[in-house]
Amino acid sequence: MDAQTVIARRVAKELRAGDLVNLGIGIPTLVANYVPPELKVFFQSENGLIGTGPIPEQGLAHPLLTDAGGRPISALPGASTFDSAMSFGLIRGGHVDVTVLGGLQVDGHGHLANWMIPGKMVPGMGGAMDLASGAKRVIVAMQHAAKGKSKIVAKCTLPLTSTRPVSLVVTDMAVIAFFDGRATLLETAPGVSVAEVLAVTEAEIAIPDAVPEMKI
Amino acid sequence: MRAVSVEEAVAMIPAGASIMVGGFMGVGTPERLLNEVVRQHKTDLSVVSNDAATPGKGIGKLFDAALVSRLTATHIGLNPKAQQQMLANQLAVDLVPQGTFAERIRAGGCGLGGVLTPTGVGTLVAEGKRQIEVNGTTFLLETALRAQFALVHAFLADYLGNLSYALTARNFNPIMAMAADTVIVTAEHIVPVGVIGPDHVVTPAPLVDYLITNG
Repeated sequence: MDAQTVIARRVAKELRAGDLVNLGIGIPTLVANYVPPELKVFFQSENGLIGTGPIPEQGLAHPLLTDAGGRPISALPGASTFDSAMSFGLIRGGHVDVTVLGGLQVDGHGHLANWMIPGKMVPGMGGAMDLASGAKRVIVAMQHAAKGKSKIVAKCTLPLTSTRPVSLVVTDMAVIAFFDGRATLLETAPGVSVAEVLAVTEAEIAIPDAVPEMKI
Repeated sequence: MRAVSVEEAVAMIPAGASIMVGGFMGVGTPERLLNEVVRQHKTDLSVVSNDAATPGKGIGKLFDAALVSRLTATHIGLNPKAQQQMLANQLAVDLVPQGTFAERIRAGGCGLGGVLTPTGVGTLVAEGKRQIEVNGTTFLLETALRAQFALVHAFLADYLGNLSYALTARNFNPIMAMAADTVIVTAEHIVPVGVIGPDHVVTPAPLVDYLITNG
């Protein structure tokens, strides 16, 4: 199983029936593929839709029905559409139960940086800052390290997305929670030891007596 | 509301004007108006738009023609031309969190001076802004956004100018239709009064100044 699949499958286990969920671009988008069909979850697309469905079959796409990246999607029975003020009212107002965001860095206190690399990548934050500030639970789905360098850092060197700590980080190696602003290792990925996680974790992290393996 | 040709409507927009343009990655964008803005070569525009779309599509056409000197947006990462113009200092870009962007426009259309939002507190977005504490929570004061012109795209417009929207093409259009001195609308279909029932009108007719005629 590749790294992205491990992450997406594990994040999908966090979703509960009836949740209103917003998935960011990249690995987070894959999470929808691993939600069991019997689990009724509402997916929001921040360009104005609750009830996003799969990519439509060839020839059935509608030019006025897209995801937040402008790609064609479908709408499930019971879907609803609304304007952008409503869409972000849902996000900022705490009506979105879970958001899953990509990450560039998360520090030992759960602060997320995911929108800008000064001098290199300045695309704009889109909806990320509102999602990180307003959703009830913020889950970061990202690789544990990039080019051997830990993305779970002692202190974010990149500009923060929000000063509000995230709830959970799911990587290809571990699940990390932040209790009272302190990183705690909850689970390791299949075949990954605690020592291997620690070797690529720059942040200080608490290790409970028992660290079970992810069930995916 | 007055029904006018697209040529006539765009002729009202002077060079250097501030314009809000509806749409999200080119979906729900008034393409015919933008095509005409390019044809009449309106330069030095101050644009308020969610994104820069992609070259050749939606608002992206204005960057292809280098007509924009100032842009307030939430994301321009999918338009390399807008990025190049920003890095070359031909284009001043103010990047705003999307929820803040929506609320600033809504405030502009609703007679409010601005809004208090928790989004951006403690980040680069907070630089130079007032922070206000309300009941123990810190908020940023984000000021209202308005423009001289709003270019709006609807799904249905009736002969009076009542508007309704379709699917994800609604996005910023209804709030922009509130936040400009002059509102110019294109619609996929122009229909008799009554086709859009009172409960389904999203933008009431008195907000619309000009409706672009067919053909």
